[in-house]
Amino acid sequence: MIRWDRGWRLYLRAALAIFITAIFLFPVYWLASISVKSPDEIYAYPPVWFPSELRLSSYITLFRDGDAWTVWNSLVTAGVSTVFAMFIGTIAAYSLVRFKTGGDHLAIWIISQRMIPPICVAFPIFLLFVSWHWIDTRFGLIVLYTAFNVPYVTWMMRGYIQEIPLELEQSALVDGLSRWAVLRKVVFPMARAGLFATAVFTFIFAWNDFLFALILTKSEAVTYTVQVTGYFGSQSTFWSKIGALSMLGVLPMMVVVATMQRFIVRGVSMGAVKG
Amino acid sequence: MTDLSLRNIDKHYGAFHAVKDVSFDIPSGEFVVLVGASGCGKSTLLRCIAGLEEITSGEIVLGDRSIARLAPRDRNVAMVFQSYALYPYLSVRENIAFGLRARKTPEAEIEKQVAWAAEVLDIADYLERFPRELSGGQRQRVAIGRAIVRDADLYLFDEPLSNLDAKLRDGMREEIKRLHEKLGKTFIYVTHDQIEAMTLAQRIILLRDGKIEQQGPPLDLFERPNNTYVAAFLGSPPMNFVDVTVADGAVTLPDGQTIPGCTMAPGQYTWGVRSEHFAASADGPLSVKLDVIQPTGSRSYGTFYIGDAHMVAELDAHATDHSNMQLSVAMDRTLFFDPKSGQAVQT
Repeated sequence: MIRWDRGWRLYLRAALAIFITAIFLFPVYWLASISVKSPDEIYAYPPVWFPSELRLSSYITLFRDGDAWTVWNSLVTAGVSTVFAMFIGTIAAYSLVRFKTGGDHLAIWIISQRMIPPICVAFPIFLLFVSWHWIDTRFGLIVLYTAFNVPYVTWMMRGYIQEIPLELEQSALVDGLSRWAVLRKVVFPMARAGLFATAVFTFIFAWNDFLFALILTKSEAVTYTVQVTGYFGSQSTFWSKIGALSMLGVLPMMVVVATMQRFIVRGVSMGAVKG
Repeated sequence: MTDLSLRNIDKHYGAFHAVKDVSFDIPSGEFVVLVGASGCGKSTLLRCIAGLEEITSGEIVLGDRSIARLAPRDRNVAMVFQSYALYPYLSVRENIAFGLRARKTPEAEIEKQVAWAAEVLDIADYLERFPRELSGGQRQRVAIGRAIVRDADLYLFDEPLSNLDAKLRDGMREEIKRLHEKLGKTFIYVTHDQIEAMTLAQRIILLRDGKIEQQGPPLDLFERPNNTYVAAFLGSPPMNFVDVTVADGAVTLPDGQTIPGCTMAPGQYTWGVRSEHFAASADGPLSVKLDVIQPTGSRSYGTFYIGDAHMVAELDAHATDHSNMQLSVAMDRTLFFDPKSGQAVQT
């Protein structure tokens, strides 16, 4: 009786999990299906749930016209800015925690930078970029994304570093390591789950940026988020290309999250640095 | 061989004066225990020697080097922490090798040293395990192993046994003492436990409120304390104190009883008697009524009052009689202190 009850609960849970997963995955599936459907199938009513054939022409067009290059722009700007933001933010967090830099209030001030609605600073940033000739450069976007993500990284890493027992670092210092070596050999391994989780979210923030990429790029450094909107026209909307480019934009995220899933789960739950 | 010399060490934390003008010398190879109540500055002093805290003023000389302004890694000291401070992501072997790797020791030498430490500390079977898979005692051994594999000038121990249960602590204490005899290196050991201090030290430095209260060999401090604080700190149960009057070669207690055989000059004193210096004796001069008897197996402790003073006497293990009993006192072993200053008064 008990066994049957347990089995029944298990099936119910599994069914519920599959149902919820299906709800979340459906938009992705729909996007993917649009990207390979013929125009007739896209506009068909009632909707065509399964495309009759896999038409990859939209993907071929994206690569032939060079539009797929915008995904590369996103990858470079998000990737490089994540590396920079993680480095600067983690060092800053370490300084806040271990050297009490800025007393008790600097940390709050840093995270408050993140609370500014981006649109409020869009115009001054645009003017700065114009005067520095950073418009339409990947470098400009990298600097901007780094600046925007450093407060987030600092805040998150501060929490993770606070959880590392001080004696572990002191022991390493006495054993012969420099501060930098302590960071590399004690702090980073101890906060590994937190580092990866924070990096993934930082990457996602930069990857998903639309506002600044729209304002600050024209052609060379356009990211995929901006490029997608280019397919919405007043005369016609290229749904197939929208679907295809969106899929190209979604895939890297899926790869990142899938490979980092272990760390994300540990990183976002408390006690991430406990041995 | 490297001697350590601390000269006029002061340490402030803002307005708080944690270490006050502390000076002492430790000859190479000595086992010194810094002991004192919580907050007396003993750990702070140790951390100053290690370089984990900056001293406010003073000088620390190790051999012929002044190390007070050096980074911890340049002082060539090894330290064992109370919390073990083992890296959870490294195996026992890598934990022990950590300091050697940090100092770019050749791999063959690392292997040799780790194997040696593992054998000395009896942890050879656990080398491939991770700290989480070890018991408290085993973890502490690994922490000690990590320190002893280093060829350091000083080995610092910051309350290394206080996280262990009592039985394990006894065993580890013995091992640390044996280790010191084996290595012949300078050990500085911090503890608040007077039994650890007595059993381990060649010299005890007893601290109180950031100052040295008294230092010397354990038995010297135990038998000839400078003041009531030291007398009360060392020994378990603590020394009994009662205010007395000495006249005509006898001690007069607050309740009017007199005990002959006193060689002190007449006057008012605080009289210090250790529990083991009382003995049940039918013709003893001290008549007491026992309040509580606490058997410990090998002996029992009987408590009684003389006036308001709470006293403890060491009795036979089977003592059960709560009625009045006569006690003799080993007068030549008792101590006299100035009742105002608490300083010891010599006969």
